[in-house]
Amino acid sequence: MKGIFIINSEKKELEFEPHKRLLDVLRENGYTEVKEGCREGECGACVVLLDGRPVNSCQVLAASVMEREITTSKGIGSLHNPHPIQEAFAEAGAVQCGFCTPGMVVSTYALLSENPTPDDEDIKYALSGNICRCTGYVKIIKAVKLASKKVKENGK
Amino acid sequence: MGNREFKVVGKSVKKIDALSLAIGEAKYTADINLPNMLHIAFLYSPYPHAEIVEIDTKEAEKTPGVVLVLTYKDVPNTLHTTAGQGYPEPSPYDTRILDKRVRYVGDRVAIIAAETKEIAEEAKKKIKVKYRELPYNIDPEKAKESERIPPEGAYHLLPTIYEPEKNIAAGITLSVGDVEKGFSESDKVFEDRFEIHYANHAALEPHAALAFYDERGRLNIVSTTQVPFHARRITSRVLGIPVKDIRVIKPRIGGGFGGKQEVFLEQVVGLVTYKTKRPSKVVLSRKEVFISTRTRHPMITWYKAGVKKDTKEIHALRLKALMNAGAYGPHALTVMANAGSKVLPLFNKIKHLQFEGFSVYTNLPVGGAYRGYGATQGYFGFNVMLDMIAEELGIDVLEFFKKGHIKKGETSPIFEKLGEGKEGVSQIIRSCALSECIEKGSKAIKWHEKRRKKIRKGDKVRGVGAAILMQGSGIPKIDMGAAYMKMNEDGSFNLHIGATDLGTGSDTILAQIAAEEIGTSIDKIIVYSSDTDFTPFDVGAYASSTTYISGGAVLKCARKIKEEILKVAANMLNVPQDALFIEDGTVYTKDRTQRVTFSDIALYSLYSKDQHQIQSVASNIGLESPPPFMAQFAEVEVDIKTGRIDVVKFVSAVDCGQPINPALVEGQVEGATVNGIGYALWEEYVFDKKGRMLNPSFWDYKVPSIMDIPEMEVIICKTYEPTGPHGAKSVAEIGINGPVPAISNAVYDAIGVRLKKSPFTPERVLNAIKEQGLKL
Repeated sequence: MKGIFIINSEKKELEFEPHKRLLDVLRENGYTEVKEGCREGECGACVVLLDGRPVNSCQVLAASVMEREITTSKGIGSLHNPHPIQEAFAEAGAVQCGFCTPGMVVSTYALLSENPTPDDEDIKYALSGNICRCTGYVKIIKAVKLASKKVKENGK
Repeated sequence: MGNREFKVVGKSVKKIDALSLAIGEAKYTADINLPNMLHIAFLYSPYPHAEIVEIDTKEAEKTPGVVLVLTYKDVPNTLHTTAGQGYPEPSPYDTRILDKRVRYVGDRVAIIAAETKEIAEEAKKKIKVKYRELPYNIDPEKAKESERIPPEGAYHLLPTIYEPEKNIAAGITLSVGDVEKGFSESDKVFEDRFEIHYANHAALEPHAALAFYDERGRLNIVSTTQVPFHARRITSRVLGIPVKDIRVIKPRIGGGFGGKQEVFLEQVVGLVTYKTKRPSKVVLSRKEVFISTRTRHPMITWYKAGVKKDTKEIHALRLKALMNAGAYGPHALTVMANAGSKVLPLFNKIKHLQFEGFSVYTNLPVGGAYRGYGATQGYFGFNVMLDMIAEELGIDVLEFFKKGHIKKGETSPIFEKLGEGKEGVSQIIRSCALSECIEKGSKAIKWHEKRRKKIRKGDKVRGVGAAILMQGSGIPKIDMGAAYMKMNEDGSFNLHIGATDLGTGSDTILAQIAAEEIGTSIDKIIVYSSDTDFTPFDVGAYASSTTYISGGAVLKCARKIKEEILKVAANMLNVPQDALFIEDGTVYTKDRTQRVTFSDIALYSLYSKDQHQIQSVASNIGLESPPPFMAQFAEVEVDIKTGRIDVVKFVSAVDCGQPINPALVEGQVEGATVNGIGYALWEEYVFDKKGRMLNPSFWDYKVPSIMDIPEMEVIICKTYEPTGPHGAKSVAEIGINGPVPAISNAVYDAIGVRLKKSPFTPERVLNAIKEQGLKL
């Protein structure tokens, strides 16, 4: 089947099989910044924004989100125009293997959109669905706080 | 030398790939798709031990979109080990790509390649297999009397104990002094049994591999590997394709922790592409990662210690270890040996020592390398035993640690007697700040205010516990890494290294080492790593080796290219070379009257006179393996009604020599610690009676989330290791070893109950309370 999706603010007509998950449709169309870590909604590596709300894209049927806005990490910032959240993750040492990071960045974006100055508990709650096996999370909390500061300064 | 001023080393520079990763630009194996690519699925054994009597693949092959179905009849039957170690591997050759016999639930039965993954997965259900079930065993203590598991003809390349007919995958015994005499001379003898369990690395990126033929007909393999050069060697041997016709590339990799030191996918994609002449890819599911890849080896240890009351010292110590290798033997010898070799030298003044270790085959998932590599298993009982002895002697365990641990200038006979499955290498400790680690860590946890206080609120009681540890820095006289550098006309450098960055940040650290030595900034170093065609050899990322071994190669390489730069500068300025020095990418005469920039020098050497490429290459082997040291402290709160343990605070104080990048050091320690806490409390393989894993998902196998972490503190106690690059030692593994014993000791401090079997689930804690009784 064919369907229209608004991915990273671009209107895209994509062909996909009706049973496909959003994760697969995105990855098969080159959005490989959306990672597959478990396919069971537990690890958060595939988190994207759906109309601004974070969802595990492995748990979303692609056909059910046609015409809606999907934002991936690359929709938040790019290599030549990174978002302060992405810069903060890099600067705070919150990126080790990086496999969880695009999902973390998306969850952080959703958090800061609602709560620009989160405390530790807010951060933990917002990122509780994103598993990281490398960092022990200490520097991820630091990164979110740094991001909050940067976003305020940048006005993004 | 020890107090040298650094400009790039010792700074928490941003990881060079961090931004690309944070955006999602960087590519991992599974992100790569090629036109006309096949997708691979595996059929796995549902039985713990069985023979394939009949296998009918006709229906599967008829499925539209299926291109290839392979069974044991269709693949090379070369015995090999999947352990991605140096050659000759210290692991038994007991594995085939596919075999007529299956040895655990999760062993491979067939390989299916199809146009899509879904078709491959569907087609595998149509393969009809008739099995003859065989007697199986999942209890390592019964392995020797059980039905033989390894195949006929399985063998070991090294002269070591290997008795496949008795399911013995490896064995080692060694003695220092006379341990029995030592026990008889002791005033008090302690004896106990400890059991530590199966766990999964759970790197967030599942294992994956991709193969294709390049335009010259060479087999290219992209893989989630920690060991690209070993992967090339093993794939070449197993498939009978010459090394020259294979290229292995490691792109970004989503965490390894030892789990990607195994070579079990490269030969499969290689074979499918060889047979079909089409690109092929396999990406494992999370369930497959749990049931069919590798695990931490479970181990039973028996410690016996004889103590003298007058000296308050351990006089004799025996460690018996029984390791469960699972159905095949990768790392069966060396992980078991490390339980002795990384543990026993820490208390180096014990006169009489004995180590006896065996690894046995069972019909359970296969063990492999896992961060900590035997030290994790060995240190559990060791640190709990020290805690027991100190209590009996009436002294603070921290004082007992400080008195007993190995110090700078000292050695241990174990270094020489026990290495990687053979004799080791004698060494003297040249840097050690363990006493300082104990001191600073105890202050951070407020040891003296909290120890023995049993602070209670309702059903919750608090306690503190500690553990001390050492690891190594590479495998001495075995591990080798090499580096190549060339200078570009803008004064930048390409640094090519075989070393493998798993997310650890080694690409960054190696660039820092080079920039420091040459006298330039890190942004001038362009790193390319882990490609068997374009980078020099490196054993890969394991045994805490990259900073020390590969870093040593980079340091040598940088020194050489610096010499070349100075030579050209001397010609350009017409002054003797020793009248020159380098500062911030510029060569000056010592009186600073003349100067040439790196860019001037490179342009001159490429275009002006005596034209040549300024370049260098160097190799490095570790002649020693200087241990990093660590003291770890846990504060726990135990609920005596439910048995639940909460880790409230965790402190790790580490001596890793000169930290090259302090933020990355902290990151390694924090990550290892949280993995260790998860292992101590929740992470566990649950099996049914046939050895089938019942919890192969993140829903049921609980890795720590951000909600689970305690207050954490990492303290770096800097030393200078004279044999290390810029004074550095390793740091990647050590932090995973302490949480299990530190938490066990903290629980004892809180409620007077010794936990000797991990993980410390509420059920086990309640059982221990029932057996031992609360001491509040």
